[in-house]
Amino acid sequence: MNHSSLNPQWHYRTPGQSLLRWLGWFWLVAFTVVCWQIMNENTIWAFVSDAPQQAADIGGRMFPPAWGYINNLWHPLWDTLNIATLGTLLGVLFAIPVAFMAATNTTPSVRFVRPLALLIIVSSRSINSLIWALLLVAIIGPGLLAGIVAIGLRSIGFVAKLLYEAIEEIDEKQVEAIRATGASGAQVIDYAVVPQILPAFWGISVFRWDINIRESTILGLVGAGGLGIQLNASLSTLAWNQVAMIFIVILGTVVISEWVSARVRQAVL
Amino acid sequence: MLKLDKVSKTYKTGDKALHHACFEVPAGQVVGLIGPSGAGKSTLIRCINRLVEPSSGSIQLGDTELTGLNRRELRRARRRIGMIFQEYALVERLTVMENVLSGRLGYLPAWRSYFRKFTGDDIAQAFSLLDKVGLADYADKRADALSGGQRQRVGIARALEQNPELLLVDEPTASLDPKTSRQIMRLIRSACQERNLPAIINIHDVLLAQQFSDRIIGLRAGEIVFDGPPDALTDDVLTTIYGDEDWTQLRGENGSGDQGEDASGVDLMESA
Repeated sequence: MNHSSLNPQWHYRTPGQSLLRWLGWFWLVAFTVVCWQIMNENTIWAFVSDAPQQAADIGGRMFPPAWGYINNLWHPLWDTLNIATLGTLLGVLFAIPVAFMAATNTTPSVRFVRPLALLIIVSSRSINSLIWALLLVAIIGPGLLAGIVAIGLRSIGFVAKLLYEAIEEIDEKQVEAIRATGASGAQVIDYAVVPQILPAFWGISVFRWDINIRESTILGLVGAGGLGIQLNASLSTLAWNQVAMIFIVILGTVVISEWVSARVRQAVL
Repeated sequence: MLKLDKVSKTYKTGDKALHHACFEVPAGQVVGLIGPSGAGKSTLIRCINRLVEPSSGSIQLGDTELTGLNRRELRRARRRIGMIFQEYALVERLTVMENVLSGRLGYLPAWRSYFRKFTGDDIAQAFSLLDKVGLADYADKRADALSGGQRQRVGIARALEQNPELLLVDEPTASLDPKTSRQIMRLIRSACQERNLPAIINIHDVLLAQQFSDRIIGLRAGEIVFDGPPDALTDDVLTTIYGDEDWTQLRGENGSGDQGEDASGVDLMESA
């Protein structure tokens, strides 16, 4: 009858772990309450209270979209695609050597070259494309080139990071086997490393291209060419039906680019 | 001919993997290297082509002292040593042909190998080797489309494509079934006889080692504790190499290897 006292006891968590979890949840709730208060301090409730009307008003002005405006958008759309594609190419081109320098199993020197490569990756990744574009518009002037370079600089870190992780995950036995034939360093990379990372490489590049299409649609806001310039102009003239048309074009482009990238990734795996 | 003199290897962690290994392998001799896991078999084999750097001692292949070579000379020496791996170590995403031809990489400048521009002789040899290992129709298949036994045949063809003076074989049958294991061992042995090629074969299966080697070397904790013909491998010798165990069951009355393996399984249970 009194089996429970005889049977060995087992608990999912120790009392200490339970207490820690309870404290964690408590902290989270308290933090939420505090944040809510801080947020409310700076909110003007008068504006919030008529938010539904405002949204309905803008929505009403957006509809119907200015369908005819699309003829003004073909050229900026083409620019946007070019910025994304050329920017991705530029980024990938620089990312490949950086990735090989950053991967512990291919870097020429763990002490000196690897930290440098990691620094390049971190600095490229820590700055948003829009900020890169702001800087570059100031340096090389407004236009497509600034956009392409901005996208390229941002992509280096992204592609290099994912690629060097793929390089570090390769099967070293295949590398050893090729090395044992008397192959040189370059041949080992060509025959043993590259075949193993090729699917990852295509997957990463196409994924980044897909992201870059989305990012390059807004680069025009700071003068770096593409749809963003048009968007900026329509927003500042309060031409909401044109804005709606631009949104539709962006949506269409992103859907198509996602479809393309999904197909490419399917094909290489 | 291969000559090892007092070859030792101590890893950075302080593990003494190999201690004063001395032996000679004349042309055409197939040496089976046996010993428990962690005895240093793999280290010994890798010290020869310096995938593992030996700590001390001398290794001579023909007239070349392998231990002192610089990187360039080492690559030239490695061309002369074919290696066959446990779990095949083929480049999975390359074709069978590319895998076999990679045996010639040491002879080709990097740009030619990049464009896969191998010489006519290399290609002809690769085809005849594939034919010999029974994979003539598989040249353009990707390596990962092959079965285990087929992959190891490609591994053998890749090693022979080097036209080696020495064959290093690391657990060639570790992941193969008993029948395929025998076929693979037979293939390696006949290749050695045909080319008068010396070979060192790392192997767990004592019966396979006895059946397919001219000579057995037994390693225990990094030291050579036995060196002799296969029939000299008595129960006492096995105990010296592996430690105490009832060896009579291993050989079995029926003699066949598959049953031998079963018997040793039963054996384990009884002694437990």
